[in-house]
Amino acid sequence: MKIVVAIKQVPDRDAPVRIDASGKWIEESGLQFAMNEPDAYALEEALRLKEAQGGEVIVLSAGPERVGTTIREALAKGADRAIHITADDLGTRDALGVAKLIAEAIKPESPDLILTGLQSEDLGLGQTGVILAELLNLPHASLILHVEATGTGLKVKRELEAGWFQEIELPTPAVLTIQSGGNKLRYATLMGIKKAKTKEFRAVSAADLGQSSAPTVTLGQIALPSKQRSTQILSGSAKEAAAALVEKLKFEARII
Amino acid sequence: MSAIFVILEENGGHISRISWEALAAGTALAEQTSLPLHAVVIGSSTEALAAEAAAKQVAAVIRIEHALLNAYTPDGWTSALHQFLTANPATYVIFPHTYQVRDYAPALAARMNQVLIGDVTGIAAGPVFTRQLLQGRLNGSYKHASDGPCFVSVQAGAFRADALAVGSASVTTFAPTIEPSQIRTKPGAPFRASAQTVDLSSAPLIVSVGRGIKEADNLPLVQDLAAALGAELAASRPICDNGWLPMERQVGSSGQTVAPKLYLAVGISGAIQHLVGMKASQCIVAINKDPDAPIFEVADYGIVGDLFEVVPALTEAIKSAK
Ligand SMILES: Cc1cc2nc3c(=O)[nH]c(=O)nc-3n(C[C@H](O)[C@H](O)[C@H](O)COP(=O)(O)OP(=O)(O)OC[C@H]3O[C@@H](n4cnc5c(N)ncnc54)[C@H](O)[C@@H]3O)c2cc1C
Repeated sequence: MKIVVAIKQVPDRDAPVRIDASGKWIEESGLQFAMNEPDAYALEEALRLKEAQGGEVIVLSAGPERVGTTIREALAKGADRAIHITADDLGTRDALGVAKLIAEAIKPESPDLILTGLQSEDLGLGQTGVILAELLNLPHASLILHVEATGTGLKVKRELEAGWFQEIELPTPAVLTIQSGGNKLRYATLMGIKKAKTKEFRAVSAADLGQSSAPTVTLGQIALPSKQRSTQILSGSAKEAAAALVEKLKFEARII
Repeated sequence: MSAIFVILEENGGHISRISWEALAAGTALAEQTSLPLHAVVIGSSTEALAAEAAAKQVAAVIRIEHALLNAYTPDGWTSALHQFLTANPATYVIFPHTYQVRDYAPALAARMNQVLIGDVTGIAAGPVFTRQLLQGRLNGSYKHASDGPCFVSVQAGAFRADALAVGSASVTTFAPTIEPSQIRTKPGAPFRASAQTVDLSSAPLIVSVGRGIKEADNLPLVQDLAAALGAELAASRPICDNGWLPMERQVGSSGQTVAPKLYLAVGISGAIQHLVGMKASQCIVAINKDPDAPIFEVADYGIVGDLFEVVPALTEAIKSAK
C-alpha cells in the first residue's frame, strides 16, 4: 500500500505565546516547534499499515524551512521519503488554499491512502483532510482510531461523541483523518535518525503547484480570551497556597 | 431571495440541543442582517423533526429527504445539501459543530469554493466570527470575504438555546437526486466500548489529572490527593490515550460529562473538548504553572505553580484539616 501522510509543524504545546506586533499572529522568533500530535498518530498508523502490508510511506508537509526538522523526525521514525512544500506565506491562505497545494503535490503520487491528523494544535481548523478528499474526489472518513486493510478496501474505527464508536467500510484510494490515541507512538531510534539522512527529501515550491487564489475567509485580530468566572488566585509558597485553598473549600465553598 | 439556513441535526429521535444553539446563532445573525431564517432537517424520514423545528420562530422549515439519507454518510449529506444550496441561494449556512458536521461541512463548503468558519464561539457586528486558536489559549476574529455563501459552525454551549421564541412555520420538502453509487462509505451502527465500571457523573468530588503530570510514574501524587479528599480520579484525554488511566475515567466531549460539587484540575490546560465535560461543576479549582492556561477562565479558585510542589502540600493540608 502506498500511503501519503500529511503532517504539520506547530508551536510546541508548552511554548509561551506572545501576540506579535501585527496583532494577527504569535511571535514566532524563539518559539519551539513540534509535530502536530494527531499527525504523529497518523504517521504511526501509516507505519503500522506498511509493516503489516508492505508498501511505502511518504510524508508531506507544507511550510517554511523550519518544517524540515519535523519532516526529518518523520523519516527517522520510519517514513520512506518526504515531500516538502516550501511556502512562507501559508498564513495568508485559508484552509482551501492550503489543501489545494497539498492536493496538487499528492496527485502525481497516486497513493492508495492519504492520512492527516484530524486537526492542528495551532489553528485547530480540522478541515484539511476532509477538503483534500473533496479536491481529489476520494471517499473519506474522519476521527479515525484504527485502520484495517480488508483486501477490497478499508475497515476503520471512527470515534463518535461521548464514548461511542462506529465502524465504517470504504474503498481505496481514500482519505482518513486520524484522531489521537489509537496507537502508542514510537520514538525514533538512533539507527532511524542515521538512516533518515540518506532518504529522499524533495522540495517543491508552493508557486510551482499553482496560483494562490484570494482567501474566502480571513483572520483579523487575535487576542487573549476573556474570563467566564472570576478566579481567586491563591498565592504564596506551595504550602501557603495549599492552606489558603483548604480554607476556601471549607469555609467559603463549604465543600470539604 | 437569499436566506440564512440553519442545518439541524438529530439525536435520539429529536433535534439535538446543540442544533437549537445553532438556531440561536442563526437568529442573532437574522437580527443583524434582516435576512429570513430557515431551518433545515435531513434524513429519510424527517416529518417529526420538521414539526419540532416548525414550532420555533423561523420563516420556514425545509425537509431534505431521500431514502439514501437513512444513515449519515458524508457523501449523502454533502451531495444533498449541495443540491439544495445550489437551488436555494444562501447568505449564511449555520451548523452545530458536531463530529458529523466536522466530517462533511468542510467538503460541502469546498464544493462551493468556500471555507467553513468552524467551531465559532461568538458573532459580533460585521459579522465578525470568533473562534479559538492554540487550544483555547487565544481567540481569533474571522471574516468572510467572498460573494458566495458563508458557512459557519458553532461550538457547543456558545449560544443560548433556551432563548428561542416559539412560532409555527410552514414546512416544505426538497428531494435531492442521489444514486446508490454516490455513497462510497458504508457506516456501521454506533457501539460503546466495554462496560463502564466507574460512574464519574455521580461522584461529588473529582480530582482530574492532565498532561502536566508528565509520566505515569507520577500518578500516585494525584491518587494520594484524591484519597485524602475522598474523591474519584479522572483525567484529560492524553492521559487515557497513553493508557496511564482507563478511558472510562476520561472527562470531555469524547469521554464522560460530569458536574460534581468540586472539580480539581491538576496540570490540565483547559481545551474546549475538556471544558465541555466539566464546566457545569459547582466549584472548579485549577492547579497549573501557566497563568494564562484557559482552565483559569472557568476556575473559581486557582493556584499558579508547579503541581509537583503544590499537590503534595495540598494533600498534607487536607489530611490535617480533617
Ligand atoms: C475531537 C476531539 C475530541 C477530544 N476529546 C477530549 C476529551 O473528551 N477530553 C479531553 O480532556 N480532551 C479531549 N480532546 C483533546 C483536547 O483538545 C486537549 O488536547 C486535551 O484536553 C489536553 O489535555 P491536557 O490539558 O491534559 O494537556 P495539555 O494541553 O498539554 O496541558 C497540560 C497543562 O499542564 C500544565 N503543566 C505542565 N507542567 C506542569 C507542572 N509541573 N505544574 C503545573 N502545571 C503544569 C501546562 O501549563 C498545561 O496547561 C479532544 C480533542 C479532539 C480534537
